[in-house]
Amino acid sequence: MGEALTKSAQWTAAGHGTRTLEITPLNEVILKEIMMFVESFIYKYPQEAKYVFVEPLEWKTNLDPSAFESGYIVSETTVKSEEVDESGQPLLFLSVPHIKIRNFGQLSRLLLIAKDTKLKEAQACIEANRDPVAKILGLDYNTVKEDTSTVNILDKITKDEDSESEMKMKIAMLLRQLDVHLLNHCLKHISLQISLNPTSVKNDIELLKNFSGKGEQTVLESIDYTSDYEFSNGCRAPPWRQIHGEICYVLVKPHDVETLCITCSAEGVFLNGGKTDDEGEIDYERKGELYKDLVTFLKEKSAKFSENMSKQGIKFRNAQKKEKEEPTNELPEKEEAAPVQKAITLEKNQINFGKSQMTKRLEPSLNWKATVDFKDRNLLRDPQVEKHRGKPERSGPPVLCGRAQLARKSTEKTEEIVSESSSESEEDEEPSDHRQEANADLPSEYWQIQKVVKYLKGGNQTATVIALCSMKDFNLAQETCQLAIRDVGGLEVLINLLDTDEVKCKIGSLKILMEISHNPQIRRNIVDLGGLPIMVNILDSPHKSLKCLAAETIANVAKFRRARRAVRHHGGITKLVALLDCGKSSAEPAQPSLYDARDVDVARCGALALWSCSRSYANKEAIRKAGGIPLLARLLKTSHENMLIPVVGTLQECASEENYRAAIKAERIIEDLVKNLNSTNEQLQEHCAMAIYQCAEDEETRDLVRLHGGLKPLASLLNNTDNKERLAAVTGAIWKCSMSKENVTKFREYKAIETLVELLTDQPEEVLVNVVGALGECCQEYENRVLVRKCGGIQPLVKLLVGTNQALLVNVTKAVGACAVEPESMMTIDRLDGVRLLWSLLKNPHPEVKASAAWALCPCIQNAKDSGEMVRSFVGGLELVVNLLKSDNKEVLASVCAAITNIAKDQENLAVITDHGVVPLLSKLANTNNDKLRHHLAEAISCCCMWGRNRVAFGEYKAVAPLVRYLKSNDPSVHRATAQALYQLSEEADNCITMHENGAVKLLLHMVGSPDQDLQEAAAGCISNIRRLALATEKARYT
Amino acid sequence: MSRKKLQKLTDTLTKNCKHFNTFEVECLINLFYKLVGDVTERQGMVIGIDRNTFRNILHMTFGMTDDMIMDRVFRGFDKDNDGCINVSEWIYGLSVFLRGTLEEKMKYCFEVFDLNGDGFISKDEMFHMLKNSLLKQPSEEDPDEGIKDLVEITLKKMDHDHDGKLSFSDYEQSVREETLLLEAFGPCLPDPKSQMEFEAHVFKDTDEFNDI
Repeated sequence: MGEALTKSAQWTAAGHGTRTLEITPLNEVILKEIMMFVESFIYKYPQEAKYVFVEPLEWKTNLDPSAFESGYIVSETTVKSEEVDESGQPLLFLSVPHIKIRNFGQLSRLLLIAKDTKLKEAQACIEANRDPVAKILGLDYNTVKEDTSTVNILDKITKDEDSESEMKMKIAMLLRQLDVHLLNHCLKHISLQISLNPTSVKNDIELLKNFSGKGEQTVLESIDYTSDYEFSNGCRAPPWRQIHGEICYVLVKPHDVETLCITCSAEGVFLNGGKTDDEGEIDYERKGELYKDLVTFLKEKSAKFSENMSKQGIKFRNAQKKEKEEPTNELPEKEEAAPVQKAITLEKNQINFGKSQMTKRLEPSLNWKATVDFKDRNLLRDPQVEKHRGKPERSGPPVLCGRAQLARKSTEKTEEIVSESSSESEEDEEPSDHRQEANADLPSEYWQIQKVVKYLKGGNQTATVIALCSMKDFNLAQETCQLAIRDVGGLEVLINLLDTDEVKCKIGSLKILMEISHNPQIRRNIVDLGGLPIMVNILDSPHKSLKCLAAETIANVAKFRRARRAVRHHGGITKLVALLDCGKSSAEPAQPSLYDARDVDVARCGALALWSCSRSYANKEAIRKAGGIPLLARLLKTSHENMLIPVVGTLQECASEENYRAAIKAERIIEDLVKNLNSTNEQLQEHCAMAIYQCAEDEETRDLVRLHGGLKPLASLLNNTDNKERLAAVTGAIWKCSMSKENVTKFREYKAIETLVELLTDQPEEVLVNVVGALGECCQEYENRVLVRKCGGIQPLVKLLVGTNQALLVNVTKAVGACAVEPESMMTIDRLDGVRLLWSLLKNPHPEVKASAAWALCPCIQNAKDSGEMVRSFVGGLELVVNLLKSDNKEVLASVCAAITNIAKDQENLAVITDHGVVPLLSKLANTNNDKLRHHLAEAISCCCMWGRNRVAFGEYKAVAPLVRYLKSNDPSVHRATAQALYQLSEEADNCITMHENGAVKLLLHMVGSPDQDLQEAAAGCISNIRRLALATEKARYT
Repeated sequence: MSRKKLQKLTDTLTKNCKHFNTFEVECLINLFYKLVGDVTERQGMVIGIDRNTFRNILHMTFGMTDDMIMDRVFRGFDKDNDGCINVSEWIYGLSVFLRGTLEEKMKYCFEVFDLNGDGFISKDEMFHMLKNSLLKQPSEEDPDEGIKDLVEITLKKMDHDHDGKLSFSDYEQSVREETLLLEAFGPCLPDPKSQMEFEAHVFKDTDEFNDI
């Protein structure tokens, strides 16, 4: 009621205090609703009707005292109700013309008495009592406090269970219900009159956002704008769509249907064609009925949405029914907030109402920003959903929406999605279609190109060649020209020409296609028009220059997945590989004629195309099967830089596959890669380093890199930090190479470690990941740890612990952990609060980071001064660690067990983690087959035995029997840890019995013979404990 | 013709021709005599391929269709302008036609395109050569409009000294920039496919060459 009155009702602007309600249809509706509520109150809620208001409602009435009848003490100018409150005051007191009423019962009666004039009375009452709720329930219940009010009420109720509060609560509920009701009425009323505007849409969306998320209670799974950029007029639609009155586009994911892409326009809300998965652009075409607002639309589209939306009402009704037996019927906070949120929306609506007449026609914003972040936007999308949504037609010329596209839709297979390599995703995101832009102001080139294309279409061979040559003179690197060729239908003609017998026309056409296919949109169009199969066929042509051009164009086009697949499916990979097989006859043709090109060029173009294609997994396989690797290896021996780049690029791309890495080793390619590291071409160096990075996962390869002298150039390339891509590749190669100890020694010799430390600051993340990774490897050695500390590497490393990049965090934690082995470094880490940072990374959502952080904590705890105190100082830290034992990731579990082993060395901390239930959690893990986990688990168990009755508890939680089985493992480290754990556990007689029953003795006897002293000792100790128990029992039996 | 004479002729012609070897010259001579038929050599009478036979060859073997261009090709072969191609003109012409270097071909093509032989390809000449190159669109009011436009485009592309006509140096420069423009105004060289077929036929075995 409060909101409805203060915000929706239309007050006259007349001065303060005496403001009156305007006579408007809206106000009339509100008043009528309030009246109906009050009138029926006495019948519906007889109990509540007796409730005495905190303050009376006072106003000037027009009622004559004579109108009052039974139940009232009527005098000439006064009327008193017979009904009185506890202190004897009448609940209705009229002293003409002032009237005071103090409960709903009297209010109801008054309205009945007033009959015809009740509307006026109600109006007068509301005008005089601008905040009736406050008067009725007291200021505490004043709903002006918006969303928190209901919560406060509930708080109050739950605290003091007295009957008055209970009553107040009920009334508050009722009033709120009325409020919602009124607001809904207003909304209906308003929505009849005005069209949507940006503010109302925004509010609707914000409101829905608040109610979205996971779980059954929410109305939607998610709701998001397609664009983050908001223009000054509040719209998010691009200017050319704003002209059509469109405000913004939202992606809504309801619980029960798939994602809807919705246009909110001034006319209403409708479903559009959705986002195209290729360019991330929206198909603005209206695809469904027009609805008046978002909520109505969603109610229509999603049953779950309307169900959850209406639950609000149902809940309220339920609340009423249950009131008697369950007065504190708490509703989830969110539900409570709903009407309030709604009210805000409404308020805004109202404010805008006056203006909307003028601003109805939305002015396109001029400061339009073309570079909306597409990647960000993409994150919001559910990729699965994207895939299933068909590619809608574009608004452009029929070039694009032909059969090719439809055919493609059906061939799009999930198999492909999985089989693509990871480098794919980013490049598939390409700028959206700028066609609309071009319409606005067509450059002169457009018309010239249109003319040329006309001759291209309608000319014989001679005219075609002239037209092609003339077209080539345009600046084909410029996007306007590229798109102009497409928009005037030039692409079809160019592609058709490829299918003719005219070699000259083919050459001319390919020369143009090669240039314009640098444009991502054109690439897609070429594929849509079926250009790739034709070009693949041209690869068989006897004319080398044609082969070259076709291969180079394919190289440009095959930058996205669908194109690469098309190349493969039409046998292009084999043909491209065949192009590599040149150079046998080193003799160049005597007279390079029109149709001839040098063999080297043919191979170069082939390699270029393969490079593009090799980004798909299936193509890598196809290249290998077609015998591409030896050919690439041979080309790598040549010295043409132009040739080497694509060759190394292809190898680098393919080296992500295991069998390629093996082949690269076998074909002695590493040697050439190392050789080319010394090239002067930065790009070549980059790709070589990248290839080494990929291959150096393998130990033998790392040794090869060293043997061929590759470490020195890598180290020296570190000094040039301008080219970040190359730096990333080089540091990557160094990282992987430094996994071998000999290599680390070499790097130290070349002073690479100092340089790496310098690179810890001001570098992009790609570089940092590798640099930190390399340092992490290097720091496994004592000398290097000292070196890193002396170079001041600890501080930047610890600083990096606050990052968000998963790969980086994994490496940083590892590096910090490696440094922490050094007590002196540990002091620095501790001083920089590094342990706390590591500890907080245990909360990171990525299991790898968690595990890595837990591993890093182990040396920290070992080496920190006063580590027990330090660990305790992390509030909630121990609980966090113990709870990580519930993880289902083996690596996390192993690392946490290791951390617990270290934590448990401090008695006090052991006591704390015991309280947090570490024993049952550890015991639960006992049935594992993972040797790494077994090892650390056994250690943790043996350390945790040191407290209280933990030994007994481990026995009770059945951890002993599985531990005995660990002795059958093949891993000696598991044996030692297990024997130690069993030794600890065997201090408890029951555990000895369990061990004996599970055949531990025989296994332990074996262990006694082990060369490992610790193992010997632990095993022997355990056996002796078991034996002692046996002796004691025997003794007991005989005495 | 006697074997001795043939031998001598072959030797002379081979000496003057750098693109064919002796065997190839011999093959071509044989072909030449097959084409002229069994006309016995008489004093004062020039033996040669006449315009019609030559055009027939161009059309049938090399797939040329444009009458005017074929005529110009004939003139290109017929160096002495006597209306027929004698054996040395035949060998020389074919050496450029089939195996010429870019320079030779440019010179040859320019001569073909320079209809009146004044050393320039004028707008009129271009128009003349291109007039059949566009499909007539019934909708267009002036059917020549497109051709004129095409001539302008060509001129813009090739007329480097901006004198409104193409000199040899204009032409040469354009072709060096873009070899596709070698036959800018119509095909006057064999396309690679028919060239290969022709060579394969002629140089394989003279006895089997009876088709032409």
